[in-house]
Amino acid sequence: MNLWRDIKGTVRPFWITLRYMFKKPVTIQYPEQKRTPSPRYRARIVLTRDPRGEERCVACYLCSAACPVDCISMQAAEREDGRRYAAWFRINFTRCIFCGLCAEACPTLAIQMSPDYEICNRDPMKLVYEKEDLLIADGGKDNEYDFYQHAGIGVANPRGGNEDEYGPVDIKSNLP
Amino acid sequence: MSDFLIDVVLILVKLGLIFGVLLTMAAYLVFAERRILGRMQLRHGPNRVGPFGLLQPAADAIKLLTKEDFIPAGADKVIFFIAPGLAAVTALLTFAVVPFAPPIELFGRQVPMVVCDLNVGVLYFLGLSSLAVYGVALGGWASNSKYALLGAIRSLAQLISYELSMGLAVIPVILMARSFSLTDIVLAQQGAPFLLLNPPAFLIFLISVVAESKRIPFDIPEAENEIVAGFHTEYSGMRFGLFFVGEYINMVILSSMITVFFLGGWLGPVLPPIVWFFAKVLACCFFFIWTRGTLPRLRYDQLMHFGWKVLVPLALLNVIVTGGVLLWIKG
Repeated sequence: MNLWRDIKGTVRPFWITLRYMFKKPVTIQYPEQKRTPSPRYRARIVLTRDPRGEERCVACYLCSAACPVDCISMQAAEREDGRRYAAWFRINFTRCIFCGLCAEACPTLAIQMSPDYEICNRDPMKLVYEKEDLLIADGGKDNEYDFYQHAGIGVANPRGGNEDEYGPVDIKSNLP
Repeated sequence: MSDFLIDVVLILVKLGLIFGVLLTMAAYLVFAERRILGRMQLRHGPNRVGPFGLLQPAADAIKLLTKEDFIPAGADKVIFFIAPGLAAVTALLTFAVVPFAPPIELFGRQVPMVVCDLNVGVLYFLGLSSLAVYGVALGGWASNSKYALLGAIRSLAQLISYELSMGLAVIPVILMARSFSLTDIVLAQQGAPFLLLNPPAFLIFLISVVAESKRIPFDIPEAENEIVAGFHTEYSGMRFGLFFVGEYINMVILSSMITVFFLGGWLGPVLPPIVWFFAKVLACCFFFIWTRGTLPRLRYDQLMHFGWKVLVPLALLNVIVTGGVLLWIKG
């Protein structure tokens, strides 16, 4: 009967809530308990270095081009040996949406997302990170990768001399 | 003359005690409710301010007091000011007739543990619970807002409907106790509490009391999510807080009424009477909180149907049956 069903449906939930009252809460109490985020967690952005300790960033502007909110800006410069670097590199974290597109776009694995999520600040100006703040002394997710060992102009090896590269083509003699 | 003075002082002391205890209870009921609801939902609830979050009521008070106190343009200022107070005061006044314990001997004097043992205490309680409706009505009307006015009308309809079944559920109690005085009603339960003697009246009273205190599943007066909150839409800061406090004082009052009418008041073995009284009141409060954690909000038409088509006829039937049975036992 419908009435019986209604009464049962009204009374039974009481038992359920009472039972749940004596279960342990699942809440993570944040400042005391912290969870380690997964390796692919996207939080504060860092600039990494290659195995030799050089800056990986070649200031190609691909990250700032990929950035949907335009929070990355930089100025390219070139060293005497032909290696490019960023004269200055700035990320405005007040605008950053932590989408990770910059890290996807980076050909040298220089810009990477780190799992450090505790960068809140009351002063927005403190969230504008300069190159000094962004650069870390580590290779990040792929420690062994070195862009100039695989491509780019002859910085690590002479032009075309890298392991997985062909030598430069002589366009004058490249006849069919 | 000095006897009269001592009486006055005693009454003032009792009033002060009730005032303090009741307000503290209201503040900590809010806290307890949040903690208990949290645990029912596998959360912790407020636990940041002070040990176990026990200073949370103080933090809430500071927050409410420092919030912007907004008065809508065109509001009837005087009524807008007194409406929240009315809600709290009518609830407080009811406590004048609630007996906590049997009279005690103090310096050779009989001190009754009730501010005023009215011989029509039940009527006083019913009258004041009808007056509580004014807080809602005036609050909604003085806000000069259509939403608040409609919300007030909605709440009024509910409160008045459920007051009927509440009053009707008390009649069997009066019949069985043969008195309108709350002390006599408690004393009449020395054999067995009226909860066991007349469970239907208890159930009807309990349901109408939950509706009367505007709590889930009958909290249509609030319903912030689906329809604009209601009579307190335009209230902010401590003025809103006063409505809130009034609701919780009301919860204590109605719990003590359940205790007095059906659970045998202060009567109980072993423990001192006042402890029994408070234990029963707190158990009722816990039941209110438990209900809030369990049941969903009723739809408005369901709420009115339930009040008029189920509770009121049942209560009437119960009055007739109880009266018949009492006559049969007597004759």
